[in-house]
Parts: sequence; C-alpha cells; structure tokens
Amino acid sequence: MKTISEADAVALIPDGATLMIGGFMGVGTPERLVDELVRQGKRNLTIIANDTALPGRGIGKLVDANLVARTIASHIGLNPETQKQMIAGKMAVDLIPQGTLIERIRAGGCGLGGVLTPTGIGTVVEEGKQKVEVNGRKYLVEAALRADFALINAFMADYLGNLAYALTSRNFNPVMVMAAETTMVCAEHIVPVGLIAPDHVITPAPLVDYLIRNR
Amino acid sequence: MDAQTIIAKRIAQELKSGMLVNLGIGIPTKVANFIPKDVKVFFQSENGLIGTGPIPEEGMAHPLLTDAGGNPVTALPGASTFDSAMSFGLIRGGHVDVTVLGALQVDGSGLLANWMIPGKMVPGMGGAMDLVTGAKRVIIAMQHTAKGKPKIVESCTLPLTSARPIDMLVSEMAVITFKDGKATLQETGPGVTAEQVVAATAAKLVLPEKIPEMPL
Repeated sequence: MKTISEADAVALIPDGATLMIGGFMGVGTPERLVDELVRQGKRNLTIIANDTALPGRGIGKLVDANLVARTIASHIGLNPETQKQMIAGKMAVDLIPQGTLIERIRAGGCGLGGVLTPTGIGTVVEEGKQKVEVNGRKYLVEAALRADFALINAFMADYLGNLAYALTSRNFNPVMVMAAETTMVCAEHIVPVGLIAPDHVITPAPLVDYLIRNR
Repeated sequence: MDAQTIIAKRIAQELKSGMLVNLGIGIPTKVANFIPKDVKVFFQSENGLIGTGPIPEEGMAHPLLTDAGGNPVTALPGASTFDSAMSFGLIRGGHVDVTVLGALQVDGSGLLANWMIPGKMVPGMGGAMDLVTGAKRVIIAMQHTAKGKPKIVESCTLPLTSARPIDMLVSEMAVITFKDGKATLQETGPGVTAEQVVAATAAKLVLPEKIPEMPL
C-alpha cells in the first residue's frame, strides 16, 4: 500500500477507464476522488455503481461534467441529468437489478465467472442471457464484472490500509475493493495500526493499493 | 380516513413481532406508522441496515445513516449494518419475511409491473426485482385505480418485475389474495361493496360467499 495525494492518484487513471465507485445515493462515495476526476477532466469513463446519486452530489458530479460515456447501475431515477443524457444518446446506461449487480461485482472479485440468480427470469432482464436449471429451478447466468480502478470510501483506515466502515456508508465499498486491478481508498479517519481491532477489520490491508492522504 | 391511511393500517395488521420487513417508498413507508406498540418488527433498508428507525429529530441526523432513498434515518437498539451483498443475500435468500411495495399494474394471476413505463419513466429497477423474487411474502399497497382506470388488469401491459406472483394486494377498496393463479376478493374497504370492487377491477375476481369489511 502507498499513500498518495488525490491529484497523483487520479493522474494514474486514463481517459476511457472503467471505474467502480462505492456509495448509495452519494452516501459512502469517495467525494474527494470524484472532485479530482472532475478537476482533471477525465473523459469517456465507464462507471459501475449502484446509482448516479443526484446532480451535484457524488457520482452525479461526473454526470454533470459530461465525463461518463457509460453507466452500469441499478437505479438512476433520482438523477434527472443521467436520464437526460441517456435519452439524448450521450450516455449508455445498463440497468441491472441491484442484487444481481452486487453479486456480479462480488463474483468478479472472488475469481468466479459469474453467478446464477432467479432474479430477472420472466422479465426483460433475461433477454439475450443464458438460462440454466439447477434442482428444478430456473436461473439466469449473470457474468462477473471487473474494473480498472475501484474508488472506495471507508470510515477508518489504519496506516497499513486495513479498513472499517460506518453505518450505511459500507454498501458497495467492501465488495468493489476486491473487483478492480487497482484500488484507491479515501478514509474519513486515518488511524494508528491496532486501533481497528482484527475482528473489526472489514477490508484487509493487502486489498488496498493507494490510500489517499488527508489534507 | 383517506385511501393511503386505509391501505397502510390494513397492511400493518399483517406484520408480527420478530418479522424482518422491507418497505418500499410511497404508501408502503406509511405502514410503519400503524404498527401496534407491542409488535416489534425489524425493518430492513436495502442499502445495508436492519433496525431502521424513524426520521431523526432536528440536529440529530448522521450523514452516513440513511434509507434506500438517501434520506436520514435513525437506527433502533439492536440494529445492524452490512454491505450490499449481504443485504441482497437476505432479500434473495428468502430471509425477508414480508416486503410491501407499490405497483403500476397487477394482473389476475398476481404478476406485478412496478418498475418502468417504456418511453416515460425509466428509473431502473433498483431492488424491486430481487425483493419480489426472493421475499417470503409480497404485499402490494396501491390505490385501486389510477385516473379512474383499473390497475388490476387481465394481463400487464407494462414490463413485469418478476415471474413470481404477489401474495396479497391491499387497496382502499379491497384486500385481494393471489393463490394458484387466481385473484380472490377477501375483504372490502370501508363502505365499499363487492360489486363496486368488481366494477373497478379489470381482472376476474373469485368472490367467496362471505366477504367481510376490512377490520381497521
């Protein structure tokens, strides 16, 4: 694990990169990394996230700045700007059931080719997908998802990169941190090693490549 | 009593102590207001919380404690938090006893459409498809008609949410259950007759000999 400024971290991200970004309606999104993506004007991004939050908040800021070419999410209903860009054909949007999205990411991080889920059977979600029957029940084959970078928000990180999360800001973060080539973590508190007890570490240090320095 | 209160009060009677319950947005959220004091259920917010409490008092909100709509909530004693894989494992895995959701259309066999109107409203399905597919019991809370048109239809014209039929529907006019592909009128709303329910419903309803009025 290396500590790094957000400017140097984001400089490692090329235009056209695929990013997983933690958060649920902006809660648990690494806001400083998002702001830096906007400042450096990284373009043509593919974003994998639960949602695109609201205009002016979290991932919504990337949408506002026209930096997103494609969004893979479960819900965009609370961000009218995302809907506008989708309808105008400026942004491609893949909508995926939330439980399927998180499991596809989990599979990507756990060395699985995908998952079998009953969710989506008999709906438009099944179109073009392989179906299998296991023990008499039908499932969709949903392929694993991976990204070039995972941008993660934690509540606490210790000097080694062990992470703990707070309340409902955990959401997609500890799952995404396993599913990208390179992981970058913003923590609200950076604390001495040992302060997060081994039983309370949710993300073990070796999963973290870059810890963003606090200012 | 207004329509939403009738619906929320009647559904609240379906919740029993110890149940894990997931409420959707809109009328379903109001169900929480009508649960008797001695009934203790666990409410799940699918963004990663069991033990969701009411809206915090002014000045007591925490920016990292929200419901699935991103609005501040409280956590009750005994609450727990977890990631989204756990949250949807609970939902898909049949650990949620009851989910209460809204609907755009329900057909005569109980199939539900509640997540999009092609060309008009494309918000994404969020957790709806997983909830309907995986919860032990699916209860729909909705007004019986929209702009005078029946929402209970012979066959849904809007995209379906799941191949799994709902279990029960509560409107201000009726309680309808769905079993073996049939819609059965179980109760009528306050001052509503079975004939009025049939007239406001575009699907075939089974009418038992006795159809009591909803206890409220």
